[in-house]
Amino acid sequence: MQETSKFNVPGTYLFDGDLAMKGYALNKMCFSFNVAANRQAFAADEAGYCRQYGLNDEQTRVIRERDVLGLLAAGGNVYYLAKFAGILGLDVQDLGAAQTGMSKEAFKQMLVAAGK
Amino acid sequence: MAKIVGGITTSHVPAIGRAIAQNLQQDAYWKPFFDGFTPVQQWLDEVKPDVAIVLYNDHGLNFFLDKMPTFAVGAAGQYCNADEGWGIPTLPPFAGDAALSWQLINSLVADEFDITTCQEMLVDHAFSLPMKLLWPQHETPPVRTIPVCINTVQYPLPSATRCYKLGQAIGRAIAKLPDDLKVVIIGTGGLSHQLDGERAGFINKEFDLRFMDSLAANPQWATQYSNEQLVEYTGTQGVEMLMWVATRAALTGEVRELHRNYHIPISNTAAGLMLFDNH
Repeated sequence: MQETSKFNVPGTYLFDGDLAMKGYALNKMCFSFNVAANRQAFAADEAGYCRQYGLNDEQTRVIRERDVLGLLAAGGNVYYLAKFAGILGLDVQDLGAAQTGMSKEAFKQMLVAAGK
Repeated sequence: MAKIVGGITTSHVPAIGRAIAQNLQQDAYWKPFFDGFTPVQQWLDEVKPDVAIVLYNDHGLNFFLDKMPTFAVGAAGQYCNADEGWGIPTLPPFAGDAALSWQLINSLVADEFDITTCQEMLVDHAFSLPMKLLWPQHETPPVRTIPVCINTVQYPLPSATRCYKLGQAIGRAIAKLPDDLKVVIIGTGGLSHQLDGERAGFINKEFDLRFMDSLAANPQWATQYSNEQLVEYTGTQGVEMLMWVATRAALTGEVRELHRNYHIPISNTAAGLMLFDNH
């Protein structure tokens, strides 16, 4: 049993051993995106690149659909997923908007409001 | 005898690298953040430390999940920055001091910290950007560096109590060095922010300010919390404040807060900066 199983903050996930095992192939693929040639190889053949890294059907689907919450649920770790977001040209406000269902402008306004 | 002259704690965000590359320091969005560093830069110019021990967390540049050390210490002659996948410019290599690293490593292991030693170690934005913020006029910072990486990627993370003890052990290691060295401890991470999940965008100004207030006189304050509680109060990545806890713990003399800045938001982050001297 993971210590983190007691953790319960809505909309917040701890990347523990269970997720690290579940998401290993997905994260390994995203880690490879540190290298520009690998980013290009992914862009040239996304499905083939996912197969090469052994992603399962669900992980391949959420990569294809750019489903941020789905990527987390499939075991993706935010630090490695950020490299996938980099390929797509998305910044952390884009990702925040996608996960919260807000527009990017509303998300940015929420951040500014937190400082008031 | 070596002496810890002070500690600096700051946030790190990739977007800072883009802002520096595009020369946006005086842009309205960035000015309240960058201007906060001026007093710290002046202090560094006056004190002129020889060595910087930099406590930071890797974001998937040097370490992958195949081998994930809880604490890792660099033992190299230089540390290279590299492509992190999102296109911010790569900075030139940072000078190390392998012999000094081994003295630190020997002392930490003797002190029961079973760290991972790294003779090759890529350093990511969490290490490189604070160097650029602290020494903006220098191509590379005029100090020898020792990176100390604390895992905040994969749970279980070391507790705030454990990080505090690591900081104390670093302080003891420096105090034992025979060389006449001025050492600054730099901790990078936090403050409150959350990148992932439906709670993305979470920021907690009240907690951040209480934490900053605690550091001068009551530096163990944060150790009352588990990492799960720190995530609840500061967000998934707010837990990077562990670097601040460890940095402050390394300052074992008479400690004064000389400067602070706090600004929301930089990217998705509540950006904090503190400077302490240590006598």
